[in-house]
Amino acid sequence: MSATRSPHLAVALDGPAHCGAEHYAELAGLAERGALDFVTLGDSFARPGLDALAVLARLAPGTRRIGLVPTVTTTHTEPFHVSTSVATLDWVSRGRAGWSVGVSATEAEARLFGRRPAAPLDALWREAGEVADVVARLWDSWEDDAEIRSTATGRFIDRKKLHHVDFQGSSFRVRGPSTVPRPPQGRPVTVVDLTGAGEPGHRVAAAHADVVLVRAATPERAARLRADLHRAAGARGRDPRQLRVLVSIAVDLGGSESVPQPGLEARPRTAAPVAHFSGGPVELAELIARWHRAGAADGFHLAPIAPHRDLERIVNGTVALLQHRSLFRTFHPGGTLREHLGLARPANQYATAPGGGAA
Amino acid sequence: MTALHRELHLAAHFPGVNNTTVWADERSGSQIDFTSFEHLARTAERGLFDFFFLAEGLRLREHKGRVHDLDVVGRPESITVLNALAAVTDRLGLAATVSATFNEPYELARRLASLDHLSGGRAGWNVVTTSDAFTGENFRRGGYLDRADRYRRAEEFLHAARKLWDSWTPDGAARPVEHTGAHFTIEGEFTVPRSPQGHPVVIQAGDSAEGRDFAAASADVIFSRHGTLEAGRAFYADVKARLAAHGRHPDDLKIMPGVTFVLGDTDAEARERAAEIRRQQISPQNAILALERIWGRDLSSYDPDGPLPEIDPEPDSTLAQGRVRMDDPLEIAARWRALSKAKGLSIRQTVIETTGRQSFVGTPRTVAEELLRFVDLRAADGFILVPHITPGGLDEFVDRVVPLLQERGAFRTEYSGRTLRSHLGLAEPIWKG
Ligand SMILES: Cc1cc2nc3c(=O)[nH]c(=O)nc-3n(C[C@H](O)[C@H](O)[C@H](O)COP(=O)(O)O)c2cc1C
Repeated sequence: MSATRSPHLAVALDGPAHCGAEHYAELAGLAERGALDFVTLGDSFARPGLDALAVLARLAPGTRRIGLVPTVTTTHTEPFHVSTSVATLDWVSRGRAGWSVGVSATEAEARLFGRRPAAPLDALWREAGEVADVVARLWDSWEDDAEIRSTATGRFIDRKKLHHVDFQGSSFRVRGPSTVPRPPQGRPVTVVDLTGAGEPGHRVAAAHADVVLVRAATPERAARLRADLHRAAGARGRDPRQLRVLVSIAVDLGGSESVPQPGLEARPRTAAPVAHFSGGPVELAELIARWHRAGAADGFHLAPIAPHRDLERIVNGTVALLQHRSLFRTFHPGGTLREHLGLARPANQYATAPGGGAA
Repeated sequence: MTALHRELHLAAHFPGVNNTTVWADERSGSQIDFTSFEHLARTAERGLFDFFFLAEGLRLREHKGRVHDLDVVGRPESITVLNALAAVTDRLGLAATVSATFNEPYELARRLASLDHLSGGRAGWNVVTTSDAFTGENFRRGGYLDRADRYRRAEEFLHAARKLWDSWTPDGAARPVEHTGAHFTIEGEFTVPRSPQGHPVVIQAGDSAEGRDFAAASADVIFSRHGTLEAGRAFYADVKARLAAHGRHPDDLKIMPGVTFVLGDTDAEARERAAEIRRQQISPQNAILALERIWGRDLSSYDPDGPLPEIDPEPDSTLAQGRVRMDDPLEIAARWRALSKAKGLSIRQTVIETTGRQSFVGTPRTVAEELLRFVDLRAADGFILVPHITPGGLDEFVDRVVPLLQERGAFRTEYSGRTLRSHLGLAEPIWKG
């Protein structure tokens, strides 16, 4: 299966953390103007910064189309709260939410909670997979047409369309149903970033991700990763056409100039092998076009080293050029993040009544 | 010159999952679409309210082992909605009910501090202590927490949260935090710089002696259920008297009962509307259900328009799950039977007569004067208004009652500050360096 559609583009808002919303609102506004698919905001308990899901919820009313994808950790948090927060992000953004599945691997993070010691990556990702599983079950625990408001019978909901999930994981249980009705997208988009996630992360991606972020130094390597993921998803009975693989590229459009960044503290650089791009916006457009032509991936997740400076150049330079060459959309034809990504609204795994599934 | 009236504070409770919410009305809108939250929050801000308030329920209520289906079901997660509302309001306080039992201090302190930053100092936290095993089934922790421990955990939780909020110096340096207690062991650095309010406003909504002491020691606002004049005054005196023992002044803790209201062009018309709302709230099915909650038995064979059951309540029933605990059911049943006999009321009429009557009913003038009387007589420092209709149920109050409160000099005519603390007249917390 080759990636022939026009590429999907996402951009990371990471960089020195800001405490107000204005900085992020400006960046998300730029990304939306460029008709990008979504923005991501990383998060961890180990470095300064606000709760990422909170920041993106704050941006939802002021944006109309751009997808909003915070990192949400699954390690020291409650799966039930993860599910309801991401579902609520989807409600307040009218179907533009996703979440990037995070784990908290350090002893320092474990000590902030004092519940259990830091665990090896293998165990963390196994748990993350279980969380992704139960989170989706909770989203499905309400059928789309559960709310009936029947004055004749006095019933607000049809309780046959609400389901206990009775999930038993290796480290937690959840009874359900969710307290939040099924979100507009049915299931908000689940993103797995493979950087540092290793083989266990790969398994979670194959089983649960709608979007996978990969690092690759060459288009050939990216294409191989994509084919691997398709195979692994297919082996789990999933339709590989419902999976988007995006290559993450660290982007430096500053040339030789160095721009001091206001904010709390730079986030640590990742040590994984990445495509690091340094150059001008036109060269970046050419790189994207070339990798996409080579069938490397379904799209690109750009992580500017200086978001404020680089995002403007990406939108006004790179994206404008791709649009000029008809390689990228000039507006968002759809309203939801799933629509931007060309992903179907998932059928409800609990729906039994005819027509009770996807709306 | 002395003012004629004491100043009053107002908050707007979103009418969602609540048996006072009337959903079977043509004006009733979505309990989940963001537009409903936006409408009510903007209305509250137009009315210069102190804050907007969201309740919490972490497990859908069940009755006879099945999800309760007669009232509104389904709501968004509070803090996330409030962050979104921060974008469409400017001054309004934004308060979320969040359990101290089914959260961890580090994460929740961080989420609340984030809301305080993103709203420019408008965050509030209603600390609730629901500890039942039924709700616990949705969480890692399960239902282990003993009822007697609920406020000990809440106190330690709040103490730890305040340490985290105080851990950054006002000039922006993070310092390590260490907390060791019976419930939590926390060590490390907080990721969020000191927020605009220092600490979000803390609200408390429990009613037991332990709950009142917790509020007297640690809360800024009490959301009380004592919305009648006599009960309100008794509660007010009780709680304010507890403050001195904690070295606090009576004004440091605002008492705001949750109340409902019904307006009309005449008092008679308002009473007629109120009666109609009662009939909408207590459908025949809801009347039987209300009875079953007290009797603790299956009463589905009874006719809602017939007499009350002769059999007695089952005292240790677990029929209704996920509800605030009932007072003595035998005593309530006896009272209801007596009333039904005296007035010749059916089951449904008895339930309508006894449960959740509207607090303030009348013309805007009548209601404004009653509200002021409650405040002047120290039954309250203000009110958390619970409208019946989502999302337009507050419109009429803001348009017709607020101007009268302002005319009488008891309510602000513009926001003087930007933070929720400033609206409530609360001091900034002293930074514990
Ligand atoms: C007016 C009022 C509102 C409350 N709202 C909530 C709520 O939204 N969510 C919740 O879990 N508990 C709620 N509670 C329950 C209390 O916070 C508390 O957990 C419970 O009453 C047990 O404490 P107590 O024994 O001190 O009353 C409310 C209580 C009162 C009086």
